[in-house]
Amino acid sequence: MTTTQELTLKTEPFILNIGPMHPSTHGVFRMRATLDGEVVTDIEPVFGYLHRGIEKLAEERTYTGIIPFTDRLDYLSPMSNNLGYCLAVEKLAGVKVPERGEYIRIITAELQRLANHCVAIGAMFNDAGAYFTPFLYMFRNREKIYDLFDMLCGQRVTYNYMRIGGVSQDLPEEFLPAVAKFLPQLKKFLDEYEFFVKQNEVFVARSKGVGILSKELAINCGISGPVARASGIKHDLRRDDPYSIYDRFEFDIPTAENGDCFDRFYVRVQEMRQSVRILEQAIKQVPDGPFRANVPQVIHPPAGESYAHIESPKGELGYYIVSDGSIAPYRFHIRPTSLINLGALRNMVRGWKVADLIFIFGSIDITMGEVDR
Amino acid sequence: MTTALAATEIVSQLSAQFPGAVEEAGTDAVLVKGEHLPAVVEYLKTAAGLKFDYLNFITAVDYYSYFEVVYRLTSLEFNRYIVLKTRCYTRNKPSVLTLTGIYQGADWQEREIYDLMGISFKGHKNLKRIFLWEGFDGHPLRKDWNR
Amino acid sequence: MEPISAGALDIIQPTYWPGNYWWHWLFYTVVVIVFMLVMVIGAIYFERRAMGKMQTRLGPNRTGPFGLLQPIADAVKVLLKENIVPGVADKIVHFLAPVIAFTPVLLIFTVIPFQNGAMLADLNIGILFIVAVSSIATVGVFMAGWGSGNKYSLLGAMRNVAAVVSYEIPMVLAILGVVMVTGSLSMNDIVNAQNIPNILVQPLGFLLFFTAACAEINRSPFDLMEADSELTAGFHTEYSGMRFAMFYLVEYAEAIAMSAVISTLFLSGWRGPWLPPWLWLIIKTFFVFFLMIWVRTIMPRVRIDQLMGLAWKFLFPLAVINLFATAIEVLAWPDASQWIFVGVNIVLAGALVFLGSRLFKTGLGRVEV
Repeated sequence: MTTTQELTLKTEPFILNIGPMHPSTHGVFRMRATLDGEVVTDIEPVFGYLHRGIEKLAEERTYTGIIPFTDRLDYLSPMSNNLGYCLAVEKLAGVKVPERGEYIRIITAELQRLANHCVAIGAMFNDAGAYFTPFLYMFRNREKIYDLFDMLCGQRVTYNYMRIGGVSQDLPEEFLPAVAKFLPQLKKFLDEYEFFVKQNEVFVARSKGVGILSKELAINCGISGPVARASGIKHDLRRDDPYSIYDRFEFDIPTAENGDCFDRFYVRVQEMRQSVRILEQAIKQVPDGPFRANVPQVIHPPAGESYAHIESPKGELGYYIVSDGSIAPYRFHIRPTSLINLGALRNMVRGWKVADLIFIFGSIDITMGEVDR
Repeated sequence: MTTALAATEIVSQLSAQFPGAVEEAGTDAVLVKGEHLPAVVEYLKTAAGLKFDYLNFITAVDYYSYFEVVYRLTSLEFNRYIVLKTRCYTRNKPSVLTLTGIYQGADWQEREIYDLMGISFKGHKNLKRIFLWEGFDGHPLRKDWNR
Repeated sequence: MEPISAGALDIIQPTYWPGNYWWHWLFYTVVVIVFMLVMVIGAIYFERRAMGKMQTRLGPNRTGPFGLLQPIADAVKVLLKENIVPGVADKIVHFLAPVIAFTPVLLIFTVIPFQNGAMLADLNIGILFIVAVSSIATVGVFMAGWGSGNKYSLLGAMRNVAAVVSYEIPMVLAILGVVMVTGSLSMNDIVNAQNIPNILVQPLGFLLFFTAACAEINRSPFDLMEADSELTAGFHTEYSGMRFAMFYLVEYAEAIAMSAVISTLFLSGWRGPWLPPWLWLIIKTFFVFFLMIWVRTIMPRVRIDQLMGLAWKFLFPLAVINLFATAIEVLAWPDASQWIFVGVNIVLAGALVFLGSRLFKTGLGRVEV
């Protein structure tokens, strides 16, 4: 008599190397995925393909000379990176930023959040297998934001716009009207986009309940940003630890309950709406005056340490700077949002299919420049 | 506003709980002895009224005479933060106890410190280089590392 | 419309040709190959332009007038590329796979009527022949996946086999409905019998067949075997140069072939007023192909378990119900006007699709590991 045991086929795990060269790894990320048929039983992320040693390089640069490096961390939101770094140095050196400078910073940082979420949402759909349509619709708006930045500082990707004590140049005259013209368009577009996505049966089937990240695990892993808020953690540094002038604006913190891929999409869209709200308030209040404090090019902050964190589009982006009183930081550490947000990926994808692995990974929204630094 | 937990308050609490664990209490950071660190963190994470359940980041600084490992913990419930530091005074194979059992998020950050600073974390299950390749000579973030 | 009499055949099958039989074969072999190539070039251009418009971009517009020469430029580029065969590949299988995938597509065109009786072979089991040969392409795809020695290719090929095996069933059941209504398996007779296009008589059959055909030829949202975001390129990851061009050709040729089959079965093929019949066939083919492009543009890809679930839990029961309903109609009221069945079937299709969509759950798809 044969038992069931004898009848079952002998199978062996199937190890699939996803990346570093792969269309949907958002850079040069590599996962060693162990598969059982189509089911992912385990993954092991492998980093370091984009490691440039920015923390070490920064120890040999002046404080101002580090700003271009920060552009290249999370290259989808350079303005936020600039902002976080400048805040950390200002905290260290005790520099007060003039009002106009603060407003310009907020406006650029929020526009950057919009641009980043455009890519995040679009790329997430591409990972789900939608053939570029949602991606390109989002990119159309990102393009408009990039045109605004182009107007501001002549750059489209790596801006190097902020300076310690303010920003590098004043707003051009036509900038604020252009933003004011753009915001209603974006709001209309977002309503339309959200409607179409929620109606899409396939997308809902692919995303609802997929890749659930529980609240406890999210906290335990130190997850931040929209991913954490999708899991129900109402934590936003703009409200909980207001930096710059965020305490002057009215906005809500969108959260969701389930922590699945759909919620991560939903939270991002709501966040874009809140960014629009902040921008609408900010562009009306921009005061006249200097846009930069009188800070020398080479500064000598007093010895000591400072940590400043901001709510970057991807989550908590922090800079920990130790100064020994010289013109360069003694130690420069970046709290990498993307790396820490990836920490729960293994728990999220186990048991799902290969297609979900890509989708869940895409829904976290990472940039390899920031993961590997 | 995330406020710092007043050092005096927490230090007395910690000293009562773990005699001899707190080495020094500055204005913004508490210096904890290496062997007590996981117990202290565990206490901070679970004790009622503290609940430091969120690990912001871990990093390490090389001060030539000693390495300093910096932990920043946040309590989401009370919106407070605390910075813990611990030191290891040996340059040859320094080691700290791991926090991976308490915070899963510590895993890769500890690997990163091991990779770039050469501090090993005792009890870490998968302590290998994360950014650089196996066999890389030295630990680049150390101040005495030569290109 | 009156069925066309047999005498009309003389117009497109000239009796004055020397050696009637073999001339016929030679003529239509050339016609089928040229037709397929031209249609594929048109389809590639059409798809890229249409998708460009839907995605708020222009699409190719630099090569020739309106970018019309873009497919030719692509073809030249691909053909000039180096042909790389991986070291671990099974060389013979790797070489044969594109050929085996390509042949059945050509065979489908042999039984599609361009005009009344104008086809390479008027088989009396035409539609059965199409079902039979179209599955052979899977063998080629599986050979490509297995022979490449690449894990992505293998995964893609496995998915393809699973999908084709599942979708064959609702597809054939949908065809059976048409066959019962028209009373013939011959493609030409099916067209001749469609005084009312079958899409009205068999609305549910059309939807089922369209879905199943999309899955069978791996059009989005069922393009799991290529799955560019997951498996880089699926089964043809390791193909380059001429052989890749073959697979590319197969992909579009299959889409065009299936569009032509759908137009023949459901949209009354070459029949239509004013325009010449072959033009009607092309117009209808491109209309169906446009539907496929449309679906591809707006839909994310489904997951493998959802794909299988859709076939077995949703399409299969609906196809069986459709078959029974059609059978009862044909058996019980053979002489009733077809317009009555049009109304009944449209209502039935709407009700069944609504009910099915309420009852059908894709499930979460997570497995405990």
